[in-house]
This record gives sequence, structure tokens and C-alpha cells, in this order.
Amino acid sequence: MSAIDVEIQLIAVAVAVSCALPGVFLVLRRMALMSDAISHTVLLGIVLAFFVTGDITSPFLILAAAATGILTVALVEAVHSTRLVKQDAAIGLVFPALFSIAVILISRYAGDVHLDTDAVLLGELAFAPFRRLEVAGVDVGPRALYVMGSVLLLNIAFILTFYKELKLSTFDAALAASLGFSPVVLHYVFMGLVSVTAVGAFDAVGSILVVALMIVPPAAAYLLTDKLRWMIALSALLGATAAIAGYWVAWLADASIAGSIASVAGAQFLLAFLLAPERGVVAQAVHRSRQRVEFAQLMLAIHLLNHEGTPEADRESREAELHEHLRWRPDFVKRIVRQAERGELIERDGGGRLLLTPAGREAARSAIAT
Amino acid sequence: MQDAGRLLHDLFFDYTLRTVALGAMALGTVSGTLGAFAVLRKQSLLGDAISHAALPGIVLAFMLTGAKDPLILVLGAAIAGWIGTLMVMWIVRQSRLPEDSALGIVLSVFFGIGLVLLTYVQREPTAAQAGLNTFLFGQAATLVVEDVLVIAGLGSIALALVALFWKEFKLLSFDREFGGSLGIGMRRVDVLLTSILVVAIVIGLQTVGVVLMSAMVVAPAAAARQWTDSLGVMVVLSAAFGALSGVTGAVASSTTTGIPTGPTIVLAVTLVVVVSLALAPRRGLVWEWIRHRRNQRQVRTGAILTDLYALASQHADRAHGHPVAVLEAMGAKRGGVRRTLDVLQAQGLAKQEADDSWSLTVEGARAARAVIARHEGGDE
Repeated sequence: MSAIDVEIQLIAVAVAVSCALPGVFLVLRRMALMSDAISHTVLLGIVLAFFVTGDITSPFLILAAAATGILTVALVEAVHSTRLVKQDAAIGLVFPALFSIAVILISRYAGDVHLDTDAVLLGELAFAPFRRLEVAGVDVGPRALYVMGSVLLLNIAFILTFYKELKLSTFDAALAASLGFSPVVLHYVFMGLVSVTAVGAFDAVGSILVVALMIVPPAAAYLLTDKLRWMIALSALLGATAAIAGYWVAWLADASIAGSIASVAGAQFLLAFLLAPERGVVAQAVHRSRQRVEFAQLMLAIHLLNHEGTPEADRESREAELHEHLRWRPDFVKRIVRQAERGELIERDGGGRLLLTPAGREAARSAIAT
Repeated sequence: MQDAGRLLHDLFFDYTLRTVALGAMALGTVSGTLGAFAVLRKQSLLGDAISHAALPGIVLAFMLTGAKDPLILVLGAAIAGWIGTLMVMWIVRQSRLPEDSALGIVLSVFFGIGLVLLTYVQREPTAAQAGLNTFLFGQAATLVVEDVLVIAGLGSIALALVALFWKEFKLLSFDREFGGSLGIGMRRVDVLLTSILVVAIVIGLQTVGVVLMSAMVVAPAAAARQWTDSLGVMVVLSAAFGALSGVTGAVASSTTTGIPTGPTIVLAVTLVVVVSLALAPRRGLVWEWIRHRRNQRQVRTGAILTDLYALASQHADRAHGHPVAVLEAMGAKRGGVRRTLDVLQAQGLAKQEADDSWSLTVEGARAARAVIARHEGGDE
């Protein structure tokens, strides 16, 4: 592994964790798509600031970008508050408009500078290590690593400092307001942080990967745990592993790094979605089928109890005829009978009839009683 | 003026421009129509997910066939977009994730997969691969007659289906339960309408681009919604807005070098939205503001009238003037007393005495009594 490989992976991990941290709250606050909006509109801030300063590396660009991010949030809320359009439509109106202005400005007036719309959208992590940071003429490492490292520290500091406030305003905004926090101020500061993260990250990885890393790992973590702390930790872990695994997938397949990281994050999500304990699709299906089998055993026991000691008991308790009485498929009858026998709810007499055991009788009685 | 005449001439007789304009008009009509339903059903951002999800389909279709046949690319886009939509629905149904997260996941992951595939295509220096890049931001100038035929053909099918299932789609948008109780399989209607939406989106991708196509779904419909409460009128208006901004944007970008089409069309349609939000009758923000101002003025004149009346009733001489300062003090912090007094004087209800003091005229006193009576009536 060369130094450049290591540097790219470090940058990727810093981006992934920086995005996952605020992403947790975006997902929980049902604002996931604001990340999509912001990661596009920050471009307008960058372009405008670039026209003013004429310097693509000016830190002023990051400030301007963060300001456009907040402007996006404010505009969406302003449009929504007219009550003329719904929230989702407001997002869908505001961000394409701002992004379009940015793209037109770039293609019209900045065609030959380092502001390529394709690169903005797609990102090319492989080039990140070539933009170095020099302090007093000494190369101290890739610029993106310092930018993202600072963003990461900022995010960690913010979440540690305002953890309680964030948690409260996420899960119970009304209570937060009544306790004297201002959810609105916190909200805008938080969205400012999302914007700073987006602009820092999309320079390195492109806006779509920003969306992927802000939403996908937290969404997967949300399916794996109920605790906010764990969700944050898991999101960071999933993001970091997706970054490293994605890098190597890209290396093996000789493909876009940003795209590979997004794909690996998608695969992680799919696994969590299918296999999460309790909440996963598989776990739920198993749970449902187990319930169905248990319910069917009880039905069988109740059926036998109903006819116990009656003249037709002989006919009603023959395994071969049960499917007609209970209207089940014969193979399902066979399966349920076997299960019930194993659970010692029923037993067979010699003549192919099923008899309730004392435990089975008790189970049927209590099921009827409830 | 000559330029405009020239443009109009070219629009009809210049091959490229005519092709571009027709294509943009067709896609604007179709996305406007389907967008009306999407916006009403709060699915505005589904379009964003569908258009991004289409990318791997486009690239894969190109890789498998090796040809840039528009019908095949659109087909690939439609299949991928459709799978993406089903994934969104599946995630929402099977997990506790909110819909916006599901949309974000599908959008970004599908797009990421598309990027991975795109790197393979870009490595092959075939002439056709250049066309694939236009799918990001759209390039109307690359439209050829074949593309327009595909847009128009698929678009017509989509519109015909909307007309055919008009009643069902209306029920789905406004009262799904009622539709279900009529014995209509609403789930199937839902899948049908969403599938047509997918088609409406993918036929616009080459012109508008993956990134901004969602605006063509949301914006015309959001603008049309302001002008009417009837679904039929809204759909027609939305289609017209879509077509208009499609043509405007596509023509503007293909006659100016270096401007991608998607952003130009989006700005055109955004302008329509802004005008609609501001000026649409009844709902428009400007009318709302004027109504508000008029109400405020009425409240202010009523208040000054009753204040003056109260002062006068404490005086033996009704014509005795009262200074502005007293009126200002009575109407705690209410500004514009002097302006309101001028209005009252112009209406002949108040009269300015010497040394800047004011009294009610006979009509003024009558008007004040009417205001008081109305207030007391309202209190009961």
C-alpha cells in the first residue's frame, strides 16, 4: 500500500464519519433529503464567493457555502410557510433552482477554472491527495485531509456539547421549547454544520456521495439499535468501513471510488434491512411464521377439545381427515401435528386418532378462556 | 426585434432548433401532466429518486447493447427507475425508516452504482460514450429526430393511459379508501400511475439531465396548483407550463454556447412558479398582502374613530378638538395615527381644528357609533 493509498483512505474515512454524525439527526428528524438539497446548493455559495475572491482555495468559500446551505433551509421553510405548496414540493422547487443558477454561472463564466460541474457532482477522490497543504514551504499532507479532519472535530465537538439538546429537540421539539431551548436556533446552527460538512466533503467526494454517506449508514444503524448513542457510534463505524471497503472495491474493479463507496454503503444497508435482528425482513418473516405455527397448534388443540367425548370424536380426530375439518392444506396439517406432538400437546392412539395430552387440554382451555 | 423574428423563423425551419423545441415541448407536456398527480400525492421528491436511480439502467443498457439507441437507453432507464421506486416502497413498508430516508438511500446508492458502471464506459473511447455524459445535466442540442420520436411516442402512450384511467387516478389522488370501497384495486392503480411517472421522467433525462429532471415534475404542477382547484384544469395548466418552459429553456440553451439545457429549463420553470405564487388569483401572495393591508387600514380607521368618539362623549362641546398626542397614547403603540386622520378627513369623517387638534364631524360620529355597534354585535 503506497502513501497515496493510505492518504485516500484516511480522507475517505474522515469524510464518511463527518457525514454520518449529522446524518443520524437528519434521518431521525425526517430531513434526510435536506442533505440532497444542501449538498447541491452549496455550489452556488462556492461559485459566488469564487467570483468575489478569485481564489479557489480561499477559506471564504467554505463560509459562503455554509451560508447558502442555511439560505436553502430558510428558503424551503419560507416557501412552505406560505402554505401554497407542501414541504416536499418546497424542497423540490428551491434546490434545483439554486443549483441551476450555480451550474449556469460556472459554464458561462468559469469554464476554464477548476470548477467542473461533473467533478462537483461525481467527485474524484483519487485526485484529492494531489492537492497538498504546504506550511512555510513544507508539504504536510493532502489539503482535503486537513479540511475534513477539522470538519470531523467540529462535528464531534458540536454533538458532544449539545447532545442533550439535540436529542430532546429531535424526539420532542415541543418539550425542548418549553424547557427554554430554542429548537429554531439549534436547528439553524445544526443545518449550518450540515452545510459545512457537505461543502468540505463534496470537494473531495462529490455531492452524491455526501448524500449517500449522510443517509445510508445512519439508516442502517437505525434498523440495528434503539439507542441514540449506539446509533451514532454504529453509523460512524458503518460509514468508515464502507469508505475503506469501497476504496478497495474501486481498486479491484478499477472504478470510481465515490461510486464504489456509495455502493458498499448500499450493500451494508441491504444486509441490515434483510438481516437485522428483530427488525430485519428475515427476522420478521420468521417471527410471523412462528406465530402462525403456534396459532395453528392451538387451533388443533381446541378442535380436539371441542369434540372430546362426543360421538363424532372418532371421525374428527383422524389425522387423515383433519384437513377437511380445519380447512388446512394436508401437508400443513402434517407439519402442525408433528410440531404439536413434539411439544407434547397431543399424542396418537393406535388407530390413527389424535388425543389431547393433559398439557394440550390445558393449553386449549386457557386459549378459549382468554 | 430582428433577432426574435429570426428565432421564430428558425424555430419552424431550422432542423436542429425545431427538433430540440419539439422534444422539449413533448417532455414538458408529459412531465407536467404526471407531475400534477405526483405533487397532489405528496410524491414530489419521488421524481428525484427515480431520475437518479435511472442512471445505472442507462449505462447498463449501453454496455449490453453497445449502441446509443434512444429507445434502448430509455428502456434501461425505465427499468432501473422502476426498480428504484419499488425499493423505496419496499423499504417504507418493511421497516420503520421514514419515506424521505428511503428516497435518499435509493437515490444515492443507485447513482453510486451508476457511477461505477460509468467508469467502465468512459474507458472505452467510442464516439457514442460522449452522449452518456449529457445525461447528467442534459444537452438539448444533442437531440436528433429519433430521440424526439421516442419522447413523443412514449409520451403519447403515457398521456393516453392518463386519459383512459382518469377516474381511477383522480380517486387515488384524493380518496384512496373510497376508491377501494368501490371495488377498484387501488394498489394496482398506484403501481400503474407510478410506472407512468417513471416513463415521464426517463424520457426527459437526455434533455434535462438526471440531476434536475425532478424539477420538471414538481415545478409546473406546483405553479398550476395555484391557479385552480380543479384537477382537470390543473393537469392541463401544468402540462402547458411544462411545455412552455421546456421550449424556452431548450431553445435558449441550444442557441447559446456553453449552457447546459437542464439548468436553463429549470430556471424558466422556476420563473413560472414565482409568478404563480405571487399573482395567482385568490391564493397569490401579492393579493394576500393587499388584503392584509386593507384589513389593517380598516382596523386602524375604526379604532381612531371610536377613540375620538369616546373623547367627544366626555366633552360638552362635541366640536372640541383633541390633540394627536392623546390619540397616540390611547392606541397603545399603534402607529400611523396622523396618516389615518388624514384619511378620515378626506372621507369627511374627521376635521382638523386649530393647533393640530382633531374632532369628529356629524357623519364621523355616526360612523363611530356604527363601528361600536358592530363590535358589540360581534361580541355576543
